Amino acid sequence: WDPGQTVHLLFMYVCVMLHRTHNQMKTYLLQNSEDIRCKCICPPYRDIEGQIYKQNVSLKDCNCLHVVEPMPVDGKDVEAYCLRCECKYEERSSGTIKVTIIMYLSILGLLLLYMVYLTLLEPMLKRRLFGHSQLIQSDDDVGDQQPFANAHNVLSRSHSRPNMLNKVEHAQQRWRRQVQEQRKSVFDRHVVLS
Amino acid sequence: MESEQLYHRGYCRNSYNSIASASSDEELLDGAGVIMDFHTTEDDNLLDGDAASPGSNYAMSNGGGVASSTTHLLDFLEEPIPGVGTYDDFHTIDWVREKCKDRERHRKINSKKKESAWEFTKSLYDAWSGWLVVTLTGLASGALAGLIDIAADWMNDLKEGVCLSAMWFNHEQCCWTSNETTFAERDKCPQWKSWAELILGQAEGPGSYIMNYFMYIYWALSFAFLAVCLVKVFAPYACGSGIPEIKTILSGFIIRGYLGKWTLMIKTITLVLAVASGLSLGKEGPLVHVACCCGNIFSYLFPKYSKNEAKKREVLSAASAAGVSVAFGAPIGGVLFSLEEVSYYFPLKTLWRSFFAALVAAFVLRSINPFGNSRLVLFYVEYHTPWYLFELIPFILLGVFGGLWGAFFIRANIAWCRRRKSTRFGKYPVLEVILVAAITAVVAFPNPYTRQNTSELIKELFTDCGPLESSQLCQYRSQMNGSKAFTDNPNRPAGPGVYSAMWQLCLALIFKIIMTIFTFGLKVPSGLFIPSMAIGAIAGRIVGIAVEQLAYYHHDWFLFKEWCEVGADCITPGLYAMVGAAACLGGVTRMTVSLVVIVFELTGGLEYIVPLMAAVMTSKWVGDAFGREGIYEAHIRLNGYPFLDAKEEFTHTTLAREVMRPRRSDPPLAVLTQDDLTVEELQSVINETSYNGFPVIVSKESQRLVGFALRRDITIAIENARRKQEGIMLNSRVYFTQHAPTLPADSPRPLKLRSILDMSPFTVTDHTPMEIVVDIFRKLGLRQCLVTHNGIVLGIITKKNILEHLEELKQHTEPLAASWYYHKKRHPSSHGSNGKPGSRVHHVQLIRSFQDGWGGGGGDDSEDEEEQVCLLNGSNL
Repeated sequence: WDPGQTVHLLFMYVCVMLHRTHNQMKTYLLQNSEDIRCKCICPPYRDIEGQIYKQNVSLKDCNCLHVVEPMPVDGKDVEAYCLRCECKYEERSSGTIKVTIIMYLSILGLLLLYMVYLTLLEPMLKRRLFGHSQLIQSDDDVGDQQPFANAHNVLSRSHSRPNMLNKVEHAQQRWRRQVQEQRKSVFDRHVVLS
Repeated sequence: MESEQLYHRGYCRNSYNSIASASSDEELLDGAGVIMDFHTTEDDNLLDGDAASPGSNYAMSNGGGVASSTTHLLDFLEEPIPGVGTYDDFHTIDWVREKCKDRERHRKINSKKKESAWEFTKSLYDAWSGWLVVTLTGLASGALAGLIDIAADWMNDLKEGVCLSAMWFNHEQCCWTSNETTFAERDKCPQWKSWAELILGQAEGPGSYIMNYFMYIYWALSFAFLAVCLVKVFAPYACGSGIPEIKTILSGFIIRGYLGKWTLMIKTITLVLAVASGLSLGKEGPLVHVACCCGNIFSYLFPKYSKNEAKKREVLSAASAAGVSVAFGAPIGGVLFSLEEVSYYFPLKTLWRSFFAALVAAFVLRSINPFGNSRLVLFYVEYHTPWYLFELIPFILLGVFGGLWGAFFIRANIAWCRRRKSTRFGKYPVLEVILVAAITAVVAFPNPYTRQNTSELIKELFTDCGPLESSQLCQYRSQMNGSKAFTDNPNRPAGPGVYSAMWQLCLALIFKIIMTIFTFGLKVPSGLFIPSMAIGAIAGRIVGIAVEQLAYYHHDWFLFKEWCEVGADCITPGLYAMVGAAACLGGVTRMTVSLVVIVFELTGGLEYIVPLMAAVMTSKWVGDAFGREGIYEAHIRLNGYPFLDAKEEFTHTTLAREVMRPRRSDPPLAVLTQDDLTVEELQSVINETSYNGFPVIVSKESQRLVGFALRRDITIAIENARRKQEGIMLNSRVYFTQHAPTLPADSPRPLKLRSILDMSPFTVTDHTPMEIVVDIFRKLGLRQCLVTHNGIVLGIITKKNILEHLEELKQHTEPLAASWYYHKKRHPSSHGSNGKPGSRVHHVQLIRSFQDGWGGGGGDDSEDEEEQVCLLNGSNL
C-alpha cells in the first residue's frame, strides 16, 4: 500500500470528475445549437405579405440571402426585396434560463414550506406539547427593558456556546426575535417603511 | 479649578510622551491610545515617564501626518471592551469618530507591514479589500439582477399561458425557433399554450377570453398574496422601494437587519412575484436595495469594512451605483445616481469604486444576457433621426406635464401613506395588497397596454415605427396599402389602429396614474421608476403622435415648412415618449443629471441630450414650484428618519442657545461629576433618565466641562467591571479622573471609568448662530454637540433637536413623526458608542470658541473632533 499512489489516484479521480462536470456544465450553460437564431423581418413587398423568417445560422450568415428561404421573389427582385428586410442576430442561453427558473422555484417552494411550518404547524405542535402557558411565556420574554440588561447581552454575546445545536437554536431564536421586532415596527407601529 | 485643568493637561501630555518615547514618534491622536488607557492598570507608570520634554512631541502630534511607527505597547494593550464602538438599532453613527478609527487602523497596519512577509501580505490584503468588496458586490448584484429579470419575465408570462415543451421558457423563448412566418401569427406558436387553450381546448371565442381573464386575475392575486405573506413572515424590511431608507442609512443611520441576508433573499424572491403580479410597480428601486444588501453582506468578509460603519457606507454608495447600473443598464448613470440621489459622503475614492462596481455589475448582467437581445434592459432603443428646434416646445410641455405629475403624485401618495400610517387602515397590509392587486388585474386585462408587462409597454412606446413593428400604434394608413416603400419612413396619416391605440393609451394613462398612487407604499417590494416612466412614455407618445399628425396635415405652416416636407420623416413619436418618461421620472424624484445620463444610456444617442435636459429641467422647476422635496425626501420626512438634507439651506438667525436643551421650563441638565459619584448613584441616574449620554463636569460648584460619557458605555463598563474586577460594590466610588480621589480607608475599591470618557466632545458657545451649527452637523456628521458659556456647560444640541428646530421653522402643520422617539422609549438603554476619548485631550479641555476649531480647515478639523459622541436621543441631559 503506497500512500503516494493513493493520493495520485485520488487526484486523477478528482481530475476526471472535474472534467466530467465541466463537460456537463458546458452542455448546460454554453450555447447549444438551438440558442442562436437569425430573425429576418421582411415588410410587405408588392403583393407579397410581410414575413418573418427565423434560421439557426451563425452571425456571419445572418443576412437575408441565407435566411429567407424559400425566396418569395425571383432572381432579379431578390436584391430589392432583401434591401427592405431587417435581420437581427440573437442569442440566448437556455441552460441559464432553465437553471435560474428551477433554482428560483425551488427556493420559493422551500420558503413557502417553511412559512407554512412557522405559521401553522409550529404553533399547533407547541400547543399540543406544552399547552398554553408556555406559549404565552415565550412571547413575553422578548423585551428586557432594563438598561443594564443590554450591557449584559452585549457582554455575554462574546462568550461562544460550545454546542453546535445550541448555537443553531440560539441563532434561530435571535432571528425570530428580530423578525418579530421588525414586524412590530413596520406593521404595528408604522415607524419605518410606511 | 484652573489647577485641576492644568493638571489634566499636564498629565495627558505626560502619558502621551511616555508612550511616544516607548515607540519613537507614534502619533497619538486617536482612540487606540485611550483604549489602552482603560485596560492597563499601570497608568501610573506611564505618568512616571518623562515629564521632561512635553513640547516637542506635542508639536509633532499637532503636525498631523507624522509617519507613525510600530508600537508594541499599543498592540499589547489594545483589547477593546466587547460592544464598545458599535451602535444600537435606530441610532446615528458618528462619522468623525469612525473615520478616525479607520485612520488609526490604517496607521497600525502600515507601521507593521515591514515586520514580516505575513504582515506585508496582510497590509496588501487590507489595501485591496476595498476593490475586492466592490468587485464581489458588483458580481452578486449583476447575478441577482439577471435572476430577477429572467424569473420575472417568466412569471409574468405565466399569467397568460405556459410553454409545454419546456416549462421554464417564457413566451418569447418558447417560440424561439417556431416557423410561423406571417405577421398575423408572429405571437403564436404550437408550443405556447394559453390557459384557455389548455383548459377549454379552444383559443378563440368569448369563453376562452373569460377563461384567460379569470386565470390572469387568479395568478395576479396568488403572486401578490405570496409576496406579501413572505414579506410579512420572513422579512418585513423587504417591502417598499428601499431608496428612502438607504438614503437615510447612508447619511449615517442604523437600521439593523435592513441590509441583512433575509432581507436580501426575501426581497429578491418577492420582487419577482410583485412584478409578475401586474401591480403598477417596477423592479429598479428595489434592485438598488438588493445591491446594497450584497454590499453590506460582503463587507462582513473584510474587517476594514465590517467594523467601521463609515467605511461600510462607502461600500454601500458603490453598491447603489451597481444597483442602478444593472437596473437600467446604465453604469455611468448609476454612478451619478449614487452621487446625486443617495449618497451623503462621496469622496473621490468612492466615486472610482462606484464606477468599478457599476462596471462589474453591468458586465455580469450582460454576460447573463437575460433578455436575449444582448442588452442590459428590455427597453433599449436606438434612434438616429434628428430633432428640430421647434420640437423643444412640445418637449418643454412634456416637462411641465412631468413636473405637475410629480407634484401631484407626491402630494397624493404622501397623503395616502399618512393615512395608512396613522389610521386603522394600516393594520391590514395583506388585505390591502390583495385588494389593490385585484383591482389592478380586473381593470388591466381588457386594455392591451395595461395587460402587458410595464417594461414591455415602455419598450413598445419608445420604439419607433419601422418595418419591424407590428403593434397597433404603427398602423398608419399608408402601411395598409402595402405597396408603398418603407425605407424612408415618412410621416403618414394615422390609420384606425392608431386612433384606437390613442384611446387605449389615454385610458391606460389614467389607470396608471391612479393605481401608482395607491401602489407605492404597499407592503411588497415596489419601485417607482418604471410606473413613472410608463406614465411619461404614454403621455409622450400621445403628444408625439399628435405633433406628427399636425405636421402631416399642416406641412405648409411656417413652423413645419422648412424641414418637414411631404413624405419626409420629421417627427419621431418614440423620442417624445422617451422625453416624457424622463420628465415624469424627474418630476417625481427631482433628479436631473443622473436621470438624463440614465436615459441617454438607454438610447445610445448623444443628439437627444438637449431635449432631455430641457424636459428634465422644466419638470424640476415646475415640480419645485409646488413643493421642494422629491418623493424620497417626502417619505423620509413622513417616516421621521433623522436625515439632515445637505441640499436645503438654513437661513434663519436663531442662536445655539435657543435650540439647545434643556429649555427654560425643563429640568436642569443631567450631568455627572468627575469624581464624587458612587456606582449606585450612577446607576440610579441611568435608570431614571433615558438620555444616551451625559456631560461630565468637574464638580457641582464649578460646572466646568470635562468630557462626555455615553450611557451605553457606562452600563457596559460597569457590567464589565462587576465581572472582571474584584471588589466593585454598589458604594464604590466612580471617577473619571486620572487618579483615584482620596478616599477613607475602609471604602471599597473605586471604579475608574476614564477610558469611556470622551474628553474631546464638540462644543460651541451659546452665541453661535444656528446656521453654523447646522453646517457642522451636516458636514461633519455629528450627532450631538455641547453648548458652553465661559467653559460652563449650559446644554446640548443633538441632531434630533436640529431636525425639530428645522421643522418648527418650516412651520409645517403636522408634527414630526419621530420614529426614533418611539425607539428611545423602547430601548431605554440604548447605547451610544465610543468610549475612547482622544488622547489630545488637552486641546479640547479648555473650551475653544467654535470658530477657532472650525477655522482650522478641512484637514485639521476632523482630527480635532475625532471622538464625538453621537446620540440622537440623548437629546438633553
